[in-house]
Amino acid sequence: MTSKTANAPNAFRDSIGYAPAPEGADHFEVKKRYQLFIGGKWTAPSTKRYFETINPATEKSLAEVAEAGKADVDRAVKAARKAYNTVWSKMPGHERGKYLFRIARLLQERAREFAVLETMDGGKPIRESRDVDIPLAAAHFFYNAGWADKLDYAFPGRKTAPVGVAGQIIPWNFPLLMAAWKIAPALACGNTVVLKPAETTSLTALHLAELIQEAGLPEGVVNIVTGAGETGRALVEHPGIDKIAFTGSTEVGKLIQRSIAGTDKRYTLELGGKAAHAIFDDAPIDQAVEGIVNGIFFNQGHVCCAGSRLFVQEGVAEQVLNKLKRRMGSLIVGDPLDKNTDIGAINSREQLDRIRLLTAAGKKEGACSWDAGQTLPRKGFWFRPTLFTDCAQSHRVVQEEIFGPVLAIQTFRTPKELVAKANNTPYGLSGGVWTDKGSKIFQITSELRAGVVWANTFNKFDPTSPFGGYKESGVGREGGLHGLMPYLELR
Amino acid sequence: MAATAAQVPLSALRGIPTIDQVGVEERAARFQTRSLKRETKVDGLLLALSMLDLTTLSADDTPGKVRQLCAKAKRPSPEHPEWGSVAAVCVYPNMVATAAEALVGSGIHLASVATAFPSGMSRFKERLSEVKWAVQEGADEIDMVISRGAFLRGEYRRVYDEIASVKEACGKAHLKVILETGELQTYDNVRRASDIAMAAGGDFIKTSTGKISPAATLPVTLVMLEAIRDFHETHGIRIGMKPAGGISNSKLALQYLVMLKETLGPDWLDPDWFRFGASTLANDILMQLEKQHSGHYQSPHYFTND
Repeated sequence: MTSKTANAPNAFRDSIGYAPAPEGADHFEVKKRYQLFIGGKWTAPSTKRYFETINPATEKSLAEVAEAGKADVDRAVKAARKAYNTVWSKMPGHERGKYLFRIARLLQERAREFAVLETMDGGKPIRESRDVDIPLAAAHFFYNAGWADKLDYAFPGRKTAPVGVAGQIIPWNFPLLMAAWKIAPALACGNTVVLKPAETTSLTALHLAELIQEAGLPEGVVNIVTGAGETGRALVEHPGIDKIAFTGSTEVGKLIQRSIAGTDKRYTLELGGKAAHAIFDDAPIDQAVEGIVNGIFFNQGHVCCAGSRLFVQEGVAEQVLNKLKRRMGSLIVGDPLDKNTDIGAINSREQLDRIRLLTAAGKKEGACSWDAGQTLPRKGFWFRPTLFTDCAQSHRVVQEEIFGPVLAIQTFRTPKELVAKANNTPYGLSGGVWTDKGSKIFQITSELRAGVVWANTFNKFDPTSPFGGYKESGVGREGGLHGLMPYLELR
Repeated sequence: MAATAAQVPLSALRGIPTIDQVGVEERAARFQTRSLKRETKVDGLLLALSMLDLTTLSADDTPGKVRQLCAKAKRPSPEHPEWGSVAAVCVYPNMVATAAEALVGSGIHLASVATAFPSGMSRFKERLSEVKWAVQEGADEIDMVISRGAFLRGEYRRVYDEIASVKEACGKAHLKVILETGELQTYDNVRRASDIAMAAGGDFIKTSTGKISPAATLPVTLVMLEAIRDFHETHGIRIGMKPAGGISNSKLALQYLVMLKETLGPDWLDPDWFRFGASTLANDILMQLEKQHSGHYQSPHYFTND
């Protein structure tokens, strides 16, 4: 029997991906120039300087963003202090909660705008900004809004009071989500904030400021100062800041710790990671392969808790590797605005250079590199999902955080060996275990020195769950009940 | 179709992988987020139409009804003969002779359910003779049901042997093995039953009879597709897949095809290797094709009901 259709051309069957399905970007306005958001008003920077923010998928300029200088940071902190003293710290919890609920609902209403903007400014696929970043950002506002009037019950037997003005510095990998992650608990607990987004991805935070205006939040409760490292330094060093919340590199985290040593500033630091992701031979293999892919290639690997070190038990190593390679071959790399894109653009040229540097080091040290050879767009910053086999603990690709779509694979024989290797890192942010055996899950996860450990899944986030690291991955927890504590005086 | 699937001894089925429910359901949901436009959509719809096993399995089936169904199978859209015909017609054994006559020379396959469909609760001897009779009457594809009771009791050898015997009774006819996944319930069971059915000689594995709810689902089909992939890799034997029941609209059918494409690749995107068991899907596909063709949705009255 032969098929009648087998020889006829068929676009569905014959093409590698699918016809272009781009999400439209004409339903909202990207302004030519964005000012600083201080005291509820848009104001020009004292520096009179603006920097360009580009779309990393096309290298085209999107907008100009104000560069805040010391004087602007000072104005922002003063505006936050005034709002704290006169309005926000005095407002009953249920009133604060109302504002947060309102912000959450507005975010949901404008979800499409935020998703498209996040993808244009940062390069992440629209599938992720639409299905993960924006819904989760709204969920963080909803969750913390609920706590605003229940703080005395959150910590039974203790009285709570806000801390004051929080200086918050966020990274470029989840721009809006990190803003929500920082702003929502701070506000719920009665603090006011000065937030500095990352210089390559300021736009969604600035649109969030517009949304906050729309929500009628009292002036000065949220202030947004844009700029690069110097702006961040001015914020950290400002004497009017009571608490620093930083998410970013371990290197900068250490600088912050040095700079605030001897002051009474509180701080939480959410830093780098090099997570161990372990596949035992009794794991559900096909789902584990999917977990590996989600673990390291989610958001182009620009994830501090990415499962970047894969450990596979020797008996299934070959099988897992073959399946993983095939799955990587089906990943669609390209236009981040296309709804079918799995892997978007690398966030910046600087980051692309760092990924290239470290992968070159990996090859030089003798690890074996593989990718599926997808065709990459000519313009923009791109890096194919890549894996390294024949890795040793001593290789740089195993030791250093690459923050890109690069997986280092090692094998192990026994649980003891796995735990020893997994914990043999200065980091301790996250980890993952795949096995069909419940008792093994409990045993291994309790021995991994990491703040977040997933079992039979990876990279799952929820506002009710605390998140944070051990060792050089950071100090303090964000999210959940634990995430309120850094923003409260507990008496 | 390709050469008859060779048998693999039951003892060769070691290390049947476990399935994580949450993981497989998440993966299946991910296929549903693919966005199909323009030529991808049209050609996907045409492919789905060509993969249909147009089915009527009712106690009130009559020769008249079956003849009408066969006419529909041959030319689903009178205005657009270029859209082609469906893959097969699927009927009860006592309707096979009628259907065979109606389909002569059309190139459309004729499938018959057999083995005391849908329950399989009869003596094995009778179930085998039903298969032989359906083949004699003119069926070139047999859709058998496995003994779910035996499977759930752990009598895998018996399930395997029955399938192997039915395969033998089929002669040249192709064998589709219905697992009735709605009764097996767990994904681990679906995977094990798939492996047994393929090893015992099934040419196709099929989810459901359509008489039990739930019938085909995306995650169940994904588990079976992954079993087919592993079987092909280990034993070099290609097996076909047929989700049946519950696939009543084009959107869902296209999602199955996306899953097929991204799991088994383009080699399986062919009516010889993938079928939809459905009765009402055809008209929805035609309606969507007409929409893509003319730019407008047409009233259901413009599509023939057979």
